[in-house]
Amino acid sequence: MSTVYDRFNIHAQLEHLQMKYQGTGNADTTKWEWTTNIHRDTLASHVGHYSRLAYLAVAENEPIARIRFRCLQAIPRPCGPPPPKTDG
Amino acid sequence: MENGSDETRAKQQRGLVGLSDKPSGAFDQELYGGADALGQYVTELPTEEEAANLDRQQELTTLGGTAGRAPSRPQKFAFTAPKDVLNEVAQQDAPDPFAEHQKDKTIAGREDSYRSRWRQQMLSPERADPFASQTPGPETRSYTDVMKEQQLDKEKGELIRKIQQKKRDEDSRVDGEASGAAALPAPPKKDGEKKRRRWDQPAADEPRAKASKANGVGSRTHGASEWDISEASVEHSRWDTPVRGEVTMGDEGAGASSWDQAVVSAPKPSAAVLGETPTPGRWDETPAPGATPGRRRSRWDETPVGSSGMATPGPSATPGAMGMGMATPGATPFGGTPGATPLGMSGMMTPMTPLTSLTPDQLAAMRITREIDERNRPMTDEELEAIFPPEGYELVKPPASYQPLPRAKVTATPTPFGATPLYSIPDEINAVKAQEIPGTPSSRGEGDLPMMRPEDYQYFGKLMEVSDEAEADLSPEEAKEHEIMKLLLKIKNGTPPMRKTALRTITEKARYFGAGPLCNQILPLMMSSTLEDQERHLLVKVIDRILYKLDDLIRPYVHKILVVIEPLLIDEDYYARVEGREIISNLAKAAGLATMIATMRPDIDHQDEYVRNTTARAFAVVASALGIPCIIPFLKAVCGSTKSWQARHTGIKIVQQIAILMGCAVLPHLKPLVDTILLGLTDEQQKVRTITALALAALAEAATPYGIEAFDAALKPLWRGICEHRGKGLAAFLKAIGYIIPLMDAEHANYFTREVMVILIREFQTPDEEMKKIVLKVVKQCVATEGVEAQYIREEILPHFFKNFWVVRMALDKRNYRQLVDTTVEIANKVGGSEIVTRVVEDLKDPSEPYRKMVVETIEKVLTNLGVADIDVRLEEQLIDGIVYAFQEQSSEDTKVMLDGFGTIVNCLGKRVKPYLPQICGMIRWRLNTPSAKVRQQAADVVARIAVVMKHCGEEQMLGHLGLYLYEYLGEEYPEVLGSILGALKAIVNVVGMQKMSPPIKDLLPRLTPILKNRHEKVQENCIDLVGRIADRGAELVSTKEWDRICFDLLELLKAHKKAIRRATVNTFGYIAKAVGPQDVITTLLNNLRVQERQLRVCTTVAIAIVAETCGPYTVLPHLMNEYRVHELNVQNGVLKSLCFMFEYIGELGKDYIYPICGLLEDALLDRDLVHRQTASWTCKHLALGVHGLSREDALIHLMNHVWPNIFETSPHLIQAVIDAVDGFRVSIGPGIVLQYLLQGLWHPARKVRETYWRLYNNVYMGHQDALVSFYPNVPPEPNNDYTRHELCVLL
Repeated sequence: MSTVYDRFNIHAQLEHLQMKYQGTGNADTTKWEWTTNIHRDTLASHVGHYSRLAYLAVAENEPIARIRFRCLQAIPRPCGPPPPKTDG
Repeated sequence: MENGSDETRAKQQRGLVGLSDKPSGAFDQELYGGADALGQYVTELPTEEEAANLDRQQELTTLGGTAGRAPSRPQKFAFTAPKDVLNEVAQQDAPDPFAEHQKDKTIAGREDSYRSRWRQQMLSPERADPFASQTPGPETRSYTDVMKEQQLDKEKGELIRKIQQKKRDEDSRVDGEASGAAALPAPPKKDGEKKRRRWDQPAADEPRAKASKANGVGSRTHGASEWDISEASVEHSRWDTPVRGEVTMGDEGAGASSWDQAVVSAPKPSAAVLGETPTPGRWDETPAPGATPGRRRSRWDETPVGSSGMATPGPSATPGAMGMGMATPGATPFGGTPGATPLGMSGMMTPMTPLTSLTPDQLAAMRITREIDERNRPMTDEELEAIFPPEGYELVKPPASYQPLPRAKVTATPTPFGATPLYSIPDEINAVKAQEIPGTPSSRGEGDLPMMRPEDYQYFGKLMEVSDEAEADLSPEEAKEHEIMKLLLKIKNGTPPMRKTALRTITEKARYFGAGPLCNQILPLMMSSTLEDQERHLLVKVIDRILYKLDDLIRPYVHKILVVIEPLLIDEDYYARVEGREIISNLAKAAGLATMIATMRPDIDHQDEYVRNTTARAFAVVASALGIPCIIPFLKAVCGSTKSWQARHTGIKIVQQIAILMGCAVLPHLKPLVDTILLGLTDEQQKVRTITALALAALAEAATPYGIEAFDAALKPLWRGICEHRGKGLAAFLKAIGYIIPLMDAEHANYFTREVMVILIREFQTPDEEMKKIVLKVVKQCVATEGVEAQYIREEILPHFFKNFWVVRMALDKRNYRQLVDTTVEIANKVGGSEIVTRVVEDLKDPSEPYRKMVVETIEKVLTNLGVADIDVRLEEQLIDGIVYAFQEQSSEDTKVMLDGFGTIVNCLGKRVKPYLPQICGMIRWRLNTPSAKVRQQAADVVARIAVVMKHCGEEQMLGHLGLYLYEYLGEEYPEVLGSILGALKAIVNVVGMQKMSPPIKDLLPRLTPILKNRHEKVQENCIDLVGRIADRGAELVSTKEWDRICFDLLELLKAHKKAIRRATVNTFGYIAKAVGPQDVITTLLNNLRVQERQLRVCTTVAIAIVAETCGPYTVLPHLMNEYRVHELNVQNGVLKSLCFMFEYIGELGKDYIYPICGLLEDALLDRDLVHRQTASWTCKHLALGVHGLSREDALIHLMNHVWPNIFETSPHLIQAVIDAVDGFRVSIGPGIVLQYLLQGLWHPARKVRETYWRLYNNVYMGHQDALVSFYPNVPPEPNNDYTRHELCVLL
């Protein structure tokens, strides 16, 4: 049963495809991982949309380049360190 | 395998022979269990098709189970694969009943004598790993040992060659004296070819040849040259324990088997049969004291010349193995050389395995005998009771004195099989048992093991001997071996899932098993003579996987692996070659360059050409895997070797193979490569010079059009070589020049062409086929080069060229034919078409048909390339005259060339052909009227090809006549011809148009209606094309009633196997519906939804959708929605499917129909039946995608609410449909809304729920990564982490 199911399971390929994307998750994704991904996407999106950078720049009274730089700088660790592992 | 274990095995085997000489295992069935359970095993691995069918079946039952319905109605689950509906072809072709008896199923069966030489090679003992941390013990072989052995072998070979030569001289002398004794024909070297041949045979065949001669059977002859003797015979060196090669050799040719028959039929003492004679030698051997058992020896040094003694092989015969050979039927050439080492007979350890080395042929024969015996067996008591009436007769008791023969006695009777064929004791047989080969125990084995075939028994026999309980007592080593064996058996014979798991296990545990045990099991299997492609593929896969795992542990076994993998490099199957390359390149990466070189170095000057050849290829693969630069120093050394010319030869061959293998990737290393082999051009050995030239040619070919600088240094020696050499050497040099010239700039090319052409023209007359091909190739390349002028070609080359090459003989060989046509076309490109056509046009009337064909093909290609502008009236006349003649005279089966030629010439001439059309038409009409079906078919085909030109010439009237004429022939009974006639009519209709067609459409179509019923594919296809064309362009010319009638007939065509026919049919439905209105057509189609066959229903739904598309959905939708109310699964599903296709086709038109259809879809999505929901989900997907951006979000969200609960379904097709539907909704209603659905379950406590939701989330994420940014929820901050996205809070 399970083998037939496996063979026809589009998910086998789908999951493989999904794995190629950095921000995808699975049943074991933690809150920190997910929000980190969200933040990274958000920051990348800011960098990618010039108008949004301009908007933020006006609001913060900073040069656009600096806002952009700040976004890029934040990408590696946008929401702080990962929480300590509980299960050791 | 190690020698030690071989010896023990040999001993055991000899000890067992006395016990195991019972003729058959059929008597011992109670020991091994009945065979009736065999029926449930698959005897063969399913082919892909079968596997797919099997899976489909299983899947249907699965679906049926989950739906809670009886699986007896599988057809309702039929609508499951929307993507490939039209691809599917009903598989009714019965499998070829003889397929399994075909010889070439096994790899060994189709190998030619050269390719099978690898079976005589040995799996040498493992070698020391020079990189290992500890020093190798004295017992392991190091590089030095191997080299020494190689040296010894060589010397031995040299010695043997000399002895042979001497003996030959002696023989010839003796023969000359005693001319009467004809047993051994004396072949002095300069005798005729016929006599010499006998000596040319590899020495292993020699005794057979003699014996068969004694038997009055002609021996097989080899075409090998004299030198082959030495190589073939010498190759049995001291390691030479041909693993299973002997058996293979024994299988080949009549000579071999007749020899065995001779042995069997010869009178012999029963002792021999019982196998108690311990004489280990071969039959013609005088027991020399020095003779070692189990070692192959050269024959000439131990045989007394007395030829009569040789001819009677009887009494002195038979070592143990032979005795067993006797026990098998006479047809078994088993034990061809009993002296072979026990290595190949590992199965002998087990009792009752005299058949282990049967070939597939014999096994098949055995099976047949067995089956016949089963059918003819005496009846059992039960059977008799079932037949006879209960009373009316009396059972007579057997007399008291009657003692049934005790079983032991029965089995001990040394009857050959032929006498009491596989007879078993009646009371043991309860039912007809599955075919089982006697001598192998019933192979069901432990529950989870796959079926074992008799051929496998010699490898996997051990599995049978050890019972489950005994398995615990095995030593760790044996247990390992046992486990590997089980896994291999599963991989080889198991079902796909079984195979998969076993493959995974063996990969994972590779390091635990260790390289040694693994290789010792896998490699002998690879050498099995009964191996089939699929099995080899699987084993190669195993090797590949374990290579990765074992990595450097593999080093000691590199040579062993090479021995079995190298033959793949010269396999005729492309994929086998690729596989072989892959393995060797992985091997090189795992073992490292140093090990590879150290391992293969001894083989480079191996005395057997076969070994050198494969080694060169393997080296090329290593070079491509590890990079050319790192191997160049080694190559330089090898090519400069002064010790042996073989080494230089192989080294240069490696370069050639590198060029062939890597193509233009050699460019960066071109210079060093050329420099490496350059010296070979002036080598004193002719073979080396030849291979050097060939290597240069390969390099130049790979480098085209760059890299002429690298060849600068080679030009001079090449040039000198061309002037000096003759024959083969010259051919190779010419080839090299021919490939280098295209690299040169125009000026140089011109110069060199002129220079080389002198020699080429001289060689035009060569009788050598190989030379001819090369000359043609070189001419082609020279001519194509820029700098060569047309004038020069015309004057210098053409006369000789045509004189020497355009002769009848050239057309007879396929490769010559190709090459000549190509070269001539190339010349024509340079000198103009008319020049060439003028020269060959006369030959269109040549008496030889193949030659005419070649002419036609050449003219066709020239005209296609160059047009007819330069062809004058006279030539044109000749051309037409010739082609008509050639066309009329053709008699061979293959008519394509003539047809194409005719069509092309007429089409190229265009309007100029007008004056000849009456003549051509006359010919066609006459030929349509001949009794030969073939001729009629050709005539019709010609009409199809020239109809356009005729119209172009304004000969519409003529076309009309032809149309009428063809119309008359619609009663044609040969389907092939009928198909062509329909095709011709179609061509005419296409060019003259519906209105002007004669016969008029209203007459033509009624004649076509009955033809639609024809079952022949060609007829069906042409007919439906014609009908479709009429329906499309001229539907109004025919009455509605006729169209209705045709609609019914068209339904039948939906059953067709060919996709093109089904597609044409559904399109025709569309045309007809457009012409006569959809009502009647739709009714017909909807009624067709009630039929049972899935394919019909699927095609019907497609047709409905097409009708809906062509006539507007509003004309069809009411019918469909009405039909959905019928409470019948097939109909409802059909309607849903039609809707699905319809919405796919109409795209954004769907926006007008989404609200009315909502109710129906709701109902379908709430249905208990899976397929309802599945098809409705597909429909939703297409609907959603169609209405994207058309503000139908409200309806879509409503539908999505109905689709959403299905996300937890497990049925593969349904879940796929649901995921796709959600994807469709995501596109149309935006990711934000879908994300809100998803957020409910992403953090659900139940893992199963989370898994599903994350999968969907990932899909949404992949599609709308950027857009999702604004929809993510706010996450409250934690002490260590700040999850707020502050920038989003900015408000200006």
